[in-house]
Amino acid sequence: MIKALIERLRQKERTIEFPGGTPVLPERFRGLPAFGAGRLPAGSPAQCPVGAISEDGPVLLDLGKCIFCGRCEKFSGGAISFGRDYRLAVSDRRSLLHRGGELALARALDEKSRAIFGRSLKLRQVSAGGCNACEADVNVLGTPVFDLGRFGVQFVASPRHADGLLITGPVTKNMESALRATYDAVPEPKIVIAAGACAISGGIYSGHAETRGIPADIPVSLYIPGCPPHPLTILDGILRLLGKINR
Amino acid sequence: MSAMLKNSGAAALSEIERLSVESLRGRIGTSVWGGGVLLSLFALPLEGVLHLCAVLGDRKKSDIELLLAPVEGTGYPAITASVHQAHLFEREIAEQYDIRPEGHPWLKPVRFHEPYRKGAGVFGAERPGPAVWDYFRMKGEEIHEVAVGPVHAGIIEPGHFRFQCHGENVYHLEIQLGFQHRGIERAIPANPARRLFYMETAAGDTTAAHATAYCRIAEALSDCRPSPRAEAARAIALELERLANHTGDMGALAGDVGYLPTMSFCGRIRGDFLNMTALLCGSRFGRGLLEEGGTRFDITPAIAAELSRRLDAAQADVAGAVGLLWKNPSVLARFEGTGVVSAETAAELGLVGPAARACGLKIDARADFPSGHYLTGAPETVALETGDVYARAMVRWLEMQQSLDFIRRTLPAAQGDSGFCRCGAFKPESAAVCVEEGWRGELCHVAFTDKGGKLSHYKITDPSFKNWTGLALALRGQQISDFPLCNKSFNLSYCGVDL
Repeated sequence: MIKALIERLRQKERTIEFPGGTPVLPERFRGLPAFGAGRLPAGSPAQCPVGAISEDGPVLLDLGKCIFCGRCEKFSGGAISFGRDYRLAVSDRRSLLHRGGELALARALDEKSRAIFGRSLKLRQVSAGGCNACEADVNVLGTPVFDLGRFGVQFVASPRHADGLLITGPVTKNMESALRATYDAVPEPKIVIAAGACAISGGIYSGHAETRGIPADIPVSLYIPGCPPHPLTILDGILRLLGKINR
Repeated sequence: MSAMLKNSGAAALSEIERLSVESLRGRIGTSVWGGGVLLSLFALPLEGVLHLCAVLGDRKKSDIELLLAPVEGTGYPAITASVHQAHLFEREIAEQYDIRPEGHPWLKPVRFHEPYRKGAGVFGAERPGPAVWDYFRMKGEEIHEVAVGPVHAGIIEPGHFRFQCHGENVYHLEIQLGFQHRGIERAIPANPARRLFYMETAAGDTTAAHATAYCRIAEALSDCRPSPRAEAARAIALELERLANHTGDMGALAGDVGYLPTMSFCGRIRGDFLNMTALLCGSRFGRGLLEEGGTRFDITPAIAAELSRRLDAAQADVAGAVGLLWKNPSVLARFEGTGVVSAETAAELGLVGPAARACGLKIDARADFPSGHYLTGAPETVALETGDVYARAMVRWLEMQQSLDFIRRTLPAAQGDSGFCRCGAFKPESAAVCVEEGWRGELCHVAFTDKGGKLSHYKITDPSFKNWTGLALALRGQQISDFPLCNKSFNLSYCGVDL
């Protein structure tokens, strides 16, 4: 016991100040893209592996499809460059059609929903074809670094105990019915969060016969882009939904 | 003629030995019983005929051999009948090409998709989902069955587990995956622009290893040689991936026996290692780091200095966190003797990685089939003998220390402008093989090109494909309450199998 206590003192407290502190992101981190004044060189859209760049006109990048691989920084001749802003979660799919400037970040749930979920949100996670990267960076929110519990948010072991789902992966054909059953088992009112490019648009699995996407009749309250999204992007999105971040 | 390759080598199709299925079966048996390894076994259409392709490895000579056997008709005598580790490979072959391995003892689909071509109708026209299929069942008045999944209790990928129990005791566990099937292998030849991203997400926690394997395949097929600096950077990425995942596993194992200090510390330290990978390329999982011909990001002297500083800090932290486990009698009491797999069983199943080394098999692709920077010296292969949860935990901890030293040794060679070797067109009618030691064990990629030099077939074998059966057997004779601990001690990939 004494050894564990000594080790605890040595390991120190490592929980980050959030929201409010200055999050430390790697220098080469690829966050919200910015667009220069120049037009895209011809043929640029076809070079995007996930077809996230629009065909013509001013630059339009679908952050719901984007896997933040950063290759367009090169083939766009500098017209697209990735910044370090990790705040990317939005309330509507359309808000991910990025034309430069600020994103319309996620709105808080309405007052009635916040009265129910604001101080205690229990989520069930369903991986439906996820590669375990989105899952891992959701899981990490439970470590002392992010300490999700301090915000009243917890991932639970049964849909019956949950207020909503956090879905990852492109929703494979073989997970379609399990996802449906899990969604149906969550009591009303409920929310759904789509985390990662796969859950939002199919990501690099878009167009595969083996994937289905989140069914159209399951309404999504929060879209968190990335491949995978940085843990801070996920945390920021969830806290915005709960009205705990407004700026 | 026989094409004897070294790791990451290519051969012309005409150089690959062709033999009958019967002879192939004999050759696989001779190799495996003589201490060799069946790296992969799959079917592919070649010149209009379905062929079985076996990839055999000789660990002593570091040789890799490709063998092809044409299959006529709707079936062939199952190789599994004599070489048990072929069992899942042959289920996969039956599912993909609708051909019957006659005499296969447990013929079920692996991923529950439509066959690639119409054949013998092995699994019938009806295709229910993975959880809706016949399972091995014990009968008896006091026997009960426990079904778990596909959606599990934690934040984890989907799979289905059926336990045959008498009271608390597990007599048999059957594991059925397939829920994560995204159609990667078929999409690889068809979609060149996404190839690298399929590799990065084949098993998302094994990004560096799968991406490295693909890059080496592309380089072998185009005679492109990456710079020694790029090779050193790749090796560092592979070891950081191992460190992050092993640290996470140590924490998860502690959590599953209710020892929270190590769980909490390791949960954080795992992130410290992931952030070191992000220091290199911006992504915690190494997304975007690798490319055919080299790496996309250089390790500048400033990054090398920062990485070195962080390694020192993380090493001290992880040594303290993991060290607590070995001093705590209640942790050791849960680890020792739980989920034992014997060396004989491990060898028969062809287990790989830490799970195999925990049973006393001294196998590691970094030493046995070295390529890239590992040719200049691989970390020492560490093995224990007890084959229990304790051994699987301890092997990880020993490997982590090796990896930390290896990165420090390698860092000077990785610094500076790594240059780039652009991969040209692929050689026509050729095949290439790459074996990498991912953190879960060795993974194997095989590629074939057609007359025009286009990829015509790509085969990925993730270490989990070989190790899931090891977990099933580790559970025999255990209490069902030991499943989470045993499961964590293997920590296998679902999507790596389902592809």
